[in-house]
Amino acid sequence: MAKNTEIAIKVDAVSKRFKIPHEKHSTLKAAVLNIFNKKSYTEFQALEDVSFEVKKGEFFGIIGRNGSGKSTLLKIIAGIYVPSRGKIKINGRISPFLELGVGFNPELTARENIFLGGSILGLTKKEIKKRFNKIVEFSELQDFIDMKFKNFSSGMQVRLAFALAIYAHAEILLMDEVLAVGDSNFQNKCLEEFNKYREEGKTVVLVTHDIAVVQRYCDRAMLLRNGDIVKIGKPEDIGNEYILQNMEDEEKRIQEEQKENDEESTFREGDVGITNVEFLDSRGQERNVFGTGDDIVARIHYFSEDTIEKPVFGVAIHTQDGIHISGPNTRTSGFMIPEIQGEGYLDFIIKEAPLFTGAYKLTVALFNWNLSIPYAYQKKKYTFKIKSAEENQYGVVKLETSWKI
Amino acid sequence: MKKTISYNYFGLVRELILTDFKLKYKASFFGYLWSLGKPLMFFGVLLVVFTKFFKIGGSIPNYPVYLLLGIVLWTFFTEATITSLTSIVGKGDLIRKVYFPRIILTVTASLTALITLLLNLVVFFIFMAFSKVSLTAASPLFILILIEFIIFTIGVSLYLASFFVRFRDIAHIWEVTIQVLFYATPILYPLSFVPDRYQSVIMLSPLSQIIQDSRYLLISNETSTAFDVLSFPFSLIPYLLPVVIFISGYWFFEREASRFAEDI
Repeated sequence: MAKNTEIAIKVDAVSKRFKIPHEKHSTLKAAVLNIFNKKSYTEFQALEDVSFEVKKGEFFGIIGRNGSGKSTLLKIIAGIYVPSRGKIKINGRISPFLELGVGFNPELTARENIFLGGSILGLTKKEIKKRFNKIVEFSELQDFIDMKFKNFSSGMQVRLAFALAIYAHAEILLMDEVLAVGDSNFQNKCLEEFNKYREEGKTVVLVTHDIAVVQRYCDRAMLLRNGDIVKIGKPEDIGNEYILQNMEDEEKRIQEEQKENDEESTFREGDVGITNVEFLDSRGQERNVFGTGDDIVARIHYFSEDTIEKPVFGVAIHTQDGIHISGPNTRTSGFMIPEIQGEGYLDFIIKEAPLFTGAYKLTVALFNWNLSIPYAYQKKKYTFKIKSAEENQYGVVKLETSWKI
Repeated sequence: MKKTISYNYFGLVRELILTDFKLKYKASFFGYLWSLGKPLMFFGVLLVVFTKFFKIGGSIPNYPVYLLLGIVLWTFFTEATITSLTSIVGKGDLIRKVYFPRIILTVTASLTALITLLLNLVVFFIFMAFSKVSLTAASPLFILILIEFIIFTIGVSLYLASFFVRFRDIAHIWEVTIQVLFYATPILYPLSFVPDRYQSVIMLSPLSQIIQDSRYLLISNETSTAFDVLSFPFSLIPYLLPVVIFISGYWFFEREASRFAEDI
């Protein structure tokens, strides 16, 4: 069994930067001509100051979205990439490959491929011979051992590759999305085999998108995001964090999309629109959080290239959960604007706002007098918050109320 | 269990060479016989053309074997360097997915050509047996020249392979260079045909020195060597160059190797 205190992999402040040249000079002429020019390239920070340890006998999962740097990290651990900064310490014999079947040649037979693949993984001929029968047995390819690899079904190819990987007997096994191949039966067989591996005190590092795999098999997991470690901990927590993160990203994406749509709609009707709304307090200070009973000024900035006669500005206030609190417009309020032209603003004032703690969404719109042409309509685009000093309030609105007995 | 990352260099090189060799003749009926048959036919053609048609080497004793040896050695150099050139770039997929010492790929490419050389030498010795050349006590020293040749070739290959990752022009530059070197080396013509003042320039090249020394050791001790053409300290240059190129090539390759996975 593993001595759990021993460290198998120590990653110490590792950073990795890729230089992506704008124009790759793959000809000598280009390189010669550009010797004196400043080299132009984009730097891409794939990993930023990443430190963690993997203990011996651990099944360690690395999870993250595309571009989070997880594959880069695995490649650095394997020695395929050299880190820009930082150090890697490996204690034990490491499998230097990330994908199954690396180095197999389709023209060779299964037998020849076991020897070729084994050598690439760093095994001696003697070591391969010793394991040959076990590899063949595990892959269930006894009858096809002298058949060319290219004539194997993809399932058979994976079986052979996995068998070789398992019996390469590295102490530390690195795997990148290995389970993306094969049917679910085979995937389970692989994972069970990884479990056996761990019981022998060997270490497995697995990079995956699959939360279920991490939660079911890993002892510990790490969540990466944009080259940073978000969290290291129990697979359950990491999995949940990952789901949460994905949800947040999704929310952000939707919001941005909406924003774009809104902006589009704002300027669709010629060059007329509401350019911004800012919230001010009674002293004219810009702020977004108010107290209950404060005056709130919503300054609506507009722009109109042509003259609009008798425009109507309207607003609507909604609570976070969509309750429509109020929706006045200048016409119903009896506030007649003769005309607008060019840039300007209009103040909408909520006197002694009788609202309790919460976030409120403001919708603003600009119409013609008959309300038949919507020049601008920005639905729930602007948010202000109320933070009430009074405790124990229930509901949304503070009504002028009294009690009598 | 081993505690440090050790690598079975030799095992992998051997396995890769065997694979290359197997693949080369995999689907052919005569298989390995081709590796002997091809040089045999080629040599036959050369002999007819250069001894019956051109008669360049009329005054040179044993010109046929003299010519053959030059061609055999030259073929190794071109084959080894040209396959080595693409040895890294051609295996890009492997390099991006698994770590192993990259130098193995380039050394393997050079040594695969060595197998061809050894087979060609077997054919060469068959030809020699039919001519009236007899080996001397010094002939076994040819092994040392062969080792020098391998070191030189691998050194050049290391430069070419690592340069090619960054500058693809090298392939064309090398193609042209090889053609120039072919005529700048006494392969088809005997060195004695060359005006004296050019002889010394030609002999500075390790290629000329290697071919001339091999002829000296195996065919005729009348062959002029670096020591005949160059004065003492200069005559060492062709012997030292392979070592310098090998060591600096190794250093250069290893410096570049850490970035191969990103650059390919």
